[in-house]
Amino acid sequence: MNRTARLCSAAAAAVLGLAIVGLVVGDYPVPARSAIATAVWDRGGEFDFVINSLRFPRVTVAVLAGVCLAASGLLFQTLIDNPLVSPDIIGIDTGAAAVAVAILAIGLDARLLPYAAFAGALATAVLIFTLSWRRGFSGGRLVLVGIGINALLSAVITYMLVRFPVERVSAAARWQAGTLSASSWDDARTLAVALVVLLPVAFLLVRRLRIMQLGNDTAIALGMRLEQNRMAVIATGCGLAAIVVAVVGPLGFVALLVPHVARSLAGALTVGVLLLTALLGSVMLLSADLVAQRLFAPTVLPAGVVTAAMGGPYLLLVLRRFNRAV
Amino acid sequence: MRSDHKLDPVLAADRARRNPGDVSSRSRPVLSTENLDADYGGPVVLDDLTASIPTGEITAIVGANASGKSTLLRALARLLKPARGVVYLDGADIHSQSTRSVAVQLGLLPQSPRAPEGVVVGDLVRRGRYPHQRLFDQWSKADERAVVRALELTGLSDVGDRPLDELSGGQRQRAWIAMALAQDTPVMLLDEPTTFLDIAHQVEMLDLLARLNRSENRTIVMVLHDLNQACRYASHLIALADGRIEAVGHPSEVVTAEMIERVFGLHVSVISCPVSGTPLCVPHTHCH
Repeated sequence: MNRTARLCSAAAAAVLGLAIVGLVVGDYPVPARSAIATAVWDRGGEFDFVINSLRFPRVTVAVLAGVCLAASGLLFQTLIDNPLVSPDIIGIDTGAAAVAVAILAIGLDARLLPYAAFAGALATAVLIFTLSWRRGFSGGRLVLVGIGINALLSAVITYMLVRFPVERVSAAARWQAGTLSASSWDDARTLAVALVVLLPVAFLLVRRLRIMQLGNDTAIALGMRLEQNRMAVIATGCGLAAIVVAVVGPLGFVALLVPHVARSLAGALTVGVLLLTALLGSVMLLSADLVAQRLFAPTVLPAGVVTAAMGGPYLLLVLRRFNRAV
Repeated sequence: MRSDHKLDPVLAADRARRNPGDVSSRSRPVLSTENLDADYGGPVVLDDLTASIPTGEITAIVGANASGKSTLLRALARLLKPARGVVYLDGADIHSQSTRSVAVQLGLLPQSPRAPEGVVVGDLVRRGRYPHQRLFDQWSKADERAVVRALELTGLSDVGDRPLDELSGGQRQRAWIAMALAQDTPVMLLDEPTTFLDIAHQVEMLDLLARLNRSENRTIVMVLHDLNQACRYASHLIALADGRIEAVGHPSEVVTAEMIERVFGLHVSVISCPVSGTPLCVPHTHCH
């Protein structure tokens, strides 16, 4: 078994372990054996509600959302050839959040929220892509435009939060922090459907990304159709990020950090590195969720606060190494 | 034709080991340009340029800075769409063919290729197989053979597992050549393949290209800065000045003091190289 396969097995084991801990740990004590039994083969019974309505969907959403975010981050970082890029940094998440907050602030039906957020994310992606297009594509320009759009949309969100009645926007503010605690099976289903469609596409795109990484000239010389494939990578990456914002809310830093960790463990991009990234995304989100649930129990933190708290220091470390390398 | 490679053991071994990777048995595409105009949105860089690349030979494109030599190579590699005129590959306009079908006929080594962080040599070379793979294809035996052979030809078999950035400059350049070799194309285009190399590695690189040309009948087209290296290794010279062909043909026929004066604006004496007998240009300067 090669190094990447070993790392993937370890990450998969960690996902399983953390998922079980997620089922067991909580304010209402459930023995490990009963927790697993209730979740997998012995539905109903004493612990059915706490396991199958609260914890199991939450853990499932954490696993699936982690995969989406991390895979999305890897696609963007490879395409733009910059380890400090992710959908949340170039404004995809903020675009989704802006539309979602607007929906809540105006007082429209909250059930519209996932669809509105998804539309907001895609619209932002299209806007960034269009504004950064100048006789061709440039990753650097895309990032700069994205950061600008991100700042602009953040201002719009802040404006809406102060402008609209507090009882409406407080829900929006809570959603905006990204929380897993209210996750339902519906959320898990939405994420699963998105993954079934988008993840195989991401895996197919790996071979192309490996060629695109070699620079435009080499990629064209090797027969790569650059524009179509770039569009495909951006659309897939946006879709993966947007679905998470729509379902869970913005969860910062997962898409930024996890691909970085996976690459530094397993090296240059391969299908195995994408798999490892996806699994590590679940690991990060499951851990963040556990911390969010238990750190100040019974008060539950939004998971987005924890991923940001985990991500901030790591980002500084990466930046330090980056600076030293340049 | 020079004689210094006839006894080359690597060459002899290659001849003995002809296998499916050998391009000499395939039908060979012909590369040519017709009335090519090119610009980058500013002044004209190539001006009504008509040239053809002799199949199975080494062609060197030479000229002063900004004479259009890299632009010509980029046009030949379909990296640049000409403002007017046509690049023909295998009888058809190169831009009318799918980029993948061009990619199995024409390989390219850009001037400063970009390596992904942490990539190992073997992984880089394997990426050269991309145009031979379809959407759901698995890595085939033919792919593996081509990669092993490319590493062998470039003398990199022992460092296949090493990260590219741990290699010397000469080895790195050979790794990129190996990637282009794995692509297994009858024509290879190289943009200043000796830049950033010291003189020993320059010679090593050019010897490698000469060997690939001889043993596998690959057509090689390269932009070279060093006129004497061009004379020594190429059997066909295209000398450009201001985007036009100033001289074209075998170096020993076209390289004269007058031609160098016209192309480079430099006063030289042309003597016969004591080693290879090819033309050797010795500049006249004000200091001596």
